Amino acid sequence: MNALNTERPTVPSTALPPVLQVQGLSKRFHPSLPPVVDQVSFAVGPSEVFALLGPSGCGKTTTLRLIAGFERANQGQVWIAGREVTRCPVEQRGIGFVFQDYALFPHLSVYDNVAFGLRHLRGRARKERVEEVLGLVGLTVFKDRKPGELSGGQQQRVALARAIAPGPKVVLLDEPFSSLDAALRQATRDEVRALLKQAGIGAVLVTHDQEEALSFADRLAVMRAGRLEQIGTPEEVYHRPRTPFVAQFLGRTNLIPGEAKGLEAETPLGRIALVEEAHGPVLLSLRPEGLGLAAPLKHLPQLEATVLTREFKGHDLTYRVRLGERELLVQESPESPFRPGERVRLVVRARAVVVGRNK
Amino acid sequence: MVSRLSKPIPKGLLAVALLIGLAVLLPMLYLVLRAAQAEPSQLAEIVLRPRNLYLLGNTLALLAGVIVLSTLLALPLAWITSRTNLRGKRLWTVLLVLPLAVPGYVGVFGFFGATGSGGWLEMLLGFPWPRPTGYLGALGVLTLFTYPYLFLNLRAALLGLDSSLEESARSLGYRGFEVFLRVVLPQLRPALYAGWLLIGLHVLGDFGVVSLVRYETFSYAIYLQYAASFDRVYAAWLSLMLILLTGSLLWLEARLLKNLTLSRVGLGSARRPSPVPLGAWSLPAYALMVLLVVGALLVPLTSIVYWLNQPAYPLELSSIKEALQNSAQAAAPAALLAALLALPLAYLGVRYPSSLSRLLERAAYLGYATPPLAFALALIFFSLRALPFLYQSLALLVLAYALHFLAEAIGPIRSALYQAPPRLEEAARSLGYRPLQAFLKATFPLLRRGILASMALVFLSAVKELPLTFLLAPAGYSTLSTRIWGYTAEAMFAEAAPYALLIVLFSAGLVGLLLTQERR
Repeated sequence: MNALNTERPTVPSTALPPVLQVQGLSKRFHPSLPPVVDQVSFAVGPSEVFALLGPSGCGKTTTLRLIAGFERANQGQVWIAGREVTRCPVEQRGIGFVFQDYALFPHLSVYDNVAFGLRHLRGRARKERVEEVLGLVGLTVFKDRKPGELSGGQQQRVALARAIAPGPKVVLLDEPFSSLDAALRQATRDEVRALLKQAGIGAVLVTHDQEEALSFADRLAVMRAGRLEQIGTPEEVYHRPRTPFVAQFLGRTNLIPGEAKGLEAETPLGRIALVEEAHGPVLLSLRPEGLGLAAPLKHLPQLEATVLTREFKGHDLTYRVRLGERELLVQESPESPFRPGERVRLVVRARAVVVGRNK
Repeated sequence: MVSRLSKPIPKGLLAVALLIGLAVLLPMLYLVLRAAQAEPSQLAEIVLRPRNLYLLGNTLALLAGVIVLSTLLALPLAWITSRTNLRGKRLWTVLLVLPLAVPGYVGVFGFFGATGSGGWLEMLLGFPWPRPTGYLGALGVLTLFTYPYLFLNLRAALLGLDSSLEESARSLGYRGFEVFLRVVLPQLRPALYAGWLLIGLHVLGDFGVVSLVRYETFSYAIYLQYAASFDRVYAAWLSLMLILLTGSLLWLEARLLKNLTLSRVGLGSARRPSPVPLGAWSLPAYALMVLLVVGALLVPLTSIVYWLNQPAYPLELSSIKEALQNSAQAAAPAALLAALLALPLAYLGVRYPSSLSRLLERAAYLGYATPPLAFALALIFFSLRALPFLYQSLALLVLAYALHFLAEAIGPIRSALYQAPPRLEEAARSLGYRPLQAFLKATFPLLRRGILASMALVFLSAVKELPLTFLLAPAGYSTLSTRIWGYTAEAMFAEAAPYALLIVLFSAGLVGLLLTQERR
């Protein structure tokens, strides 16, 4: 399973050369401990937004810090804008970095924070650039304030403005939205994405929030225990997970064993269709929205299940049902009438994805 | 944070920090070298001299006496001011801490000026009181002016205790005093050890008090050997013995703390116990507090005021100004230098915590714990051997202050560093700044207050420092502290009074600063 990340292309779909390329990056903090980052490779195209998604402790932040140069890699290379920078100190890499807690300089005004990285510019040019960037993030009127006098969303925009002001080819964002409250998060996310696209900067976002990764990124990589399990567009990764971990991490799913025979498989749910051809014992992923419930039929007793719980969420409805020894999640429309304890029949509405091969 | 452990320390920083650690420890080496100059035949005679045992006995007797007496005072006082229904707890606490602002030699001035024939007690009562001299004099004065170290530690510990432990002991059938002995006292042990250590270091390092009351401890003997009989080899040996004694104290404290497995309760989580009514104990409680305030505050202050008003000698403003200037001329550069040296050590300790950085910080603390007379002697030998042009120069005194008080300077800078997140420097790096520039631009501005606090601490400590000044000041260079000592030794109290007033004002500032720093 671990070799799966090499099966897919690690380069972006655009034809232009990547602004960031990472090859075989590995980092070990202690010789006796397993590597925190293990043979990670990917590339980010110009003005592409790339997300590194994974649970906490999977090594995604360390990967970002290796790219920035805050940590030194034990193995592997990093190229930024076509130049190998693996041995370069941070300040010579030409990256922008947005920290989780923003790390704004508390003793400097908003204006001076943004101007901090513009040492190569003097006088007029410097002022114009600061004001241009502040205008871009819509903070011109706050330019004389200290960071402590701004709201969380405003601080976040100053941090972004400071990072993009020197004109980096790639910006690295370390969980930049996690300290914002939920109401502000979506709006800020959209703004930042629009900004990055407008400025034509490549971006790597680190997050543990799968919804954020799916909606923010052009492509994403799912990381687990230091390795990339899968790289692809949000749709690919969601609809065609390659491993059980990816399937489960990107939203809820049902993992079902089966015996594949070409484009179909025999499973405890009966014979179901597969997205792609496979043979032999397999593990399948079927999302809750790929299942439905109906009134039981006399002649199909083997698909009869019992409703365990019913979770009404307004726009939809999730059931937990038991089929034999197995519990399954089923997503239904909000009008679905079944109650806990009732007998129901399972209906398979979508094709299953092979996420692993059982021995 | 596993990532911190593996981070390599930048080479430049490491070199600077190692150099500073070495600077603190190097003079000690010269003390050893000097001691080793004794002829082999002489050596046995020096080490086995009966006088050594006599000095050791005296020093230990004073150490034990001050520790026991301070504990007898500080423990009930800490309990009274934290756990009872005493009125004005805050005011009493301040009054009981204030004696810290009176250096021992000023305390002796206070008592000498009050007692004997011509003292203000004779004017007041009609008959002269006996002067505190010898063992009892040293014991009394040192206890009065060092017990607040223990008092502060114990009071903080008592306020931090979880009262539910005491309540559960009560529910199991123990009465008030039994609860204190079986539950409270064992939990106060870390505070007791810490307070005892501070007091112990003070007693071992003290020169002003023992020399004025003429009680022969190691410090006093070192001074006599060095200044009077010029037997520098023996002085070096005595210094080494004193350092050994100090080392044993540090070792003992570390050992006692190591065997202690108390799960400490955080300050905020514990519920405050309801205050214990003092009842019939009010009178003894007030009597004890009044006694201390009279002895440790009223007596010295009255002496200062009384002798300031004695018309016998005209106040020589120009010579006061000179002493003030001399004090400041040595203390100000020392403060700057100490802060400068503390910066790399504190930075290393906060950003690259490792056994090496802890070792370097400990070197700084060792310089602080070394009895000042021994430290001064070590620096004299070092300068004579290695840098002769420094001997008898103001620069050597400045260096001595800076190295001795380096540990004091590290504290505030370190707490300021903890408040400046390392992300700020990383942000500056990602914006194109080299490491040193990133530090200067992003972190340094946030350390300003901490650095100022460090400098103020070292400045005030250096102004009131006596033994280092005494041995290391250039010939004829007298400061506020050496003037007080000199005049008091000659019983010229009217001349000493203005200097004593200035020193008390300076040290009151120091105590205030220390207390606000601790509260952070």
